[in-house]
Amino acid sequence: MPSGESAVEVDGLVKRFGDVEAVRGIEFAVRPGEIFGFLGPNGAGKSTTINMLCTLLRPTAGTARVAGFDVVAERDQVRRNIGLVFQDPTLDGYLSGEQNLRFHAELYGVPRAAARERMRQVLEMVGLWDRRGDLAQTYSGGMKRRLEIARGLLHSPRVLFLDEPTVGLDPQTRSSIWDYIRRLRDAEQITIFLTTHYMDEAEYCDRIAIMDAGRIVALDTPEALKAGVGKDRVQIHTDDDGAAITALKERFDVEAVVAEGAVTFAVAAGEEFVPRLFAELGVPIRSVSVSRPSLDDVFMSFTGKTIRDAEASGADWMRLVARGRR
Amino acid sequence: MDVALAPQAVRVPERSVRHDLRAVKIVLHRELIWFWRDRMRLVANLLQPLLWLLVMGTGLSTLMTSGPGPAGEVDLKTFIFPGVCATSVMFTAMFSAGSIVWDREFGFLREMLVAPVSRTAIVVGKCLGGSVVATVQSVLILALAGLVGVPYDPVLLAELLGLMFLTAFSLTAFGLLLAARITSVHSFFGIMQVGIMPLMFLSGALYPLNGLPAWLSVLTRFNPLTYAVDPLRHAVFSHLDVSPELRRVFDPGVTWNGWLVPVWLEVVLIVLIGVVLMTGAIVQFRRGD
Repeated sequence: MPSGESAVEVDGLVKRFGDVEAVRGIEFAVRPGEIFGFLGPNGAGKSTTINMLCTLLRPTAGTARVAGFDVVAERDQVRRNIGLVFQDPTLDGYLSGEQNLRFHAELYGVPRAAARERMRQVLEMVGLWDRRGDLAQTYSGGMKRRLEIARGLLHSPRVLFLDEPTVGLDPQTRSSIWDYIRRLRDAEQITIFLTTHYMDEAEYCDRIAIMDAGRIVALDTPEALKAGVGKDRVQIHTDDDGAAITALKERFDVEAVVAEGAVTFAVAAGEEFVPRLFAELGVPIRSVSVSRPSLDDVFMSFTGKTIRDAEASGADWMRLVARGRR
Repeated sequence: MDVALAPQAVRVPERSVRHDLRAVKIVLHRELIWFWRDRMRLVANLLQPLLWLLVMGTGLSTLMTSGPGPAGEVDLKTFIFPGVCATSVMFTAMFSAGSIVWDREFGFLREMLVAPVSRTAIVVGKCLGGSVVATVQSVLILALAGLVGVPYDPVLLAELLGLMFLTAFSLTAFGLLLAARITSVHSFFGIMQVGIMPLMFLSGALYPLNGLPAWLSVLTRFNPLTYAVDPLRHAVFSHLDVSPELRRVFDPGVTWNGWLVPVWLEVVLIVLIGVVLMTGAIVQFRRGD
């Protein structure tokens, strides 16, 4: 991959399964060495996109280049240069951790002399060197995921794809997986492309693309995306939430809802709004908090719904999409 | 823990025949590891031939020896031994082929399918893996030969092993072709059970193929397993000291409309069927590309 070229370059990519358009013409570029996140609800088309980039699915239209190679015309070149960690486990539980890696090394044709040392490196990196002889089926969920990450790195890929790398893991394991991912980028100088539907995880990415219903609706750094929302989140505790919501609507023309047990609404320059609120609301306020917009707010501002709502309404559609892929 | 500061990157070579051969070898190797780990399966697979030979063989042979006729000098157990060998190969080979359904259901197939190797290498590796596993299992069954009056002649044993390897190859290929379209382990073994019994009963594994009613005779001739059982039996009877009359009764060979099919042609048929089925399986697995 010549320097300066994108690690991933996608142009007008479309994937249709029968009548369902899972990916509706997306384009973006990922810079080498970047941690690039695909954020969106289940069924948004993230996995379909990643499967096309990994040469597992053929695009209906458009082009994609990974590590400088076309995913359709130069499939083997792409496969040689990418590492994959799938959403669902793909380990052989009847093989030991080390045997799983050796299988991978042989399948990818990694020279034997180099493979041994490399296996040790990646196993140490994910903290599984001591458990290498145990059957993979005896590993915990987090250990399995770490073994898969080690395996994905074994052949020194230029781009590592992680499809929902932390789904189904407990918070502590999730954060340790993220530790590995960030360390990895520093140690291996590779590009990391991942999908997630956890907002807090998207914060770790250098840039994120928000995907909804097969389209990319926003793409920037998490900071820039949040700054772009322009409104702060204000939460107040009152003696009478109903009256407070009505008063907000009548006096300030602000829509508020009760969320997390507090009256919640979004306004520009929240801190300056608070004194007016106390003076004019007419309902006693017990406490107030103002927070900068989160990625949740970003998602909301681009799609008009929270990521949870999007998942609920997208469920039927997702089932259709899922039928088309394997 | 510390991460190595300058990790040593490895190079993945261009695709080559040598690379594909390595892939074939590791897929095969994995089948052997599974076989070795799963010793319960090894025991279970041995139990069945034992049951056929020692229980059913013994039970039925009392029936035969008590009557008049040429049966007296040839033990029924000796007669069904080649059939039991072929049947046991069939079970082991189909089980091995089933592992690819397991791989699909539990995700490991994906690991193989995204690797920069040809699908052909993966299918060939699976096929050879199934054959080798079934052949290893056969060694254990051949160890029983003495119990049923089959001599431990090295030439005979080598002949039998070779024939069983080829049979296993064809049957694994058949299993893989089935497995290519099936997504759940349960349905694979369901279909396998339905398929195996007729193959076994129509193959001459348990009775001679001469003097059958026309309809049964035709069915046995269309059963590929028939051409696996017959050479095995032929090999066994060539090493027995029996009269030509008895041989004609117990080892009549397979005839097509009165023409005796030579053993070499039967072997060629088995290999040919195996290659055709394996090619079919390769085409199936490539189609998903």
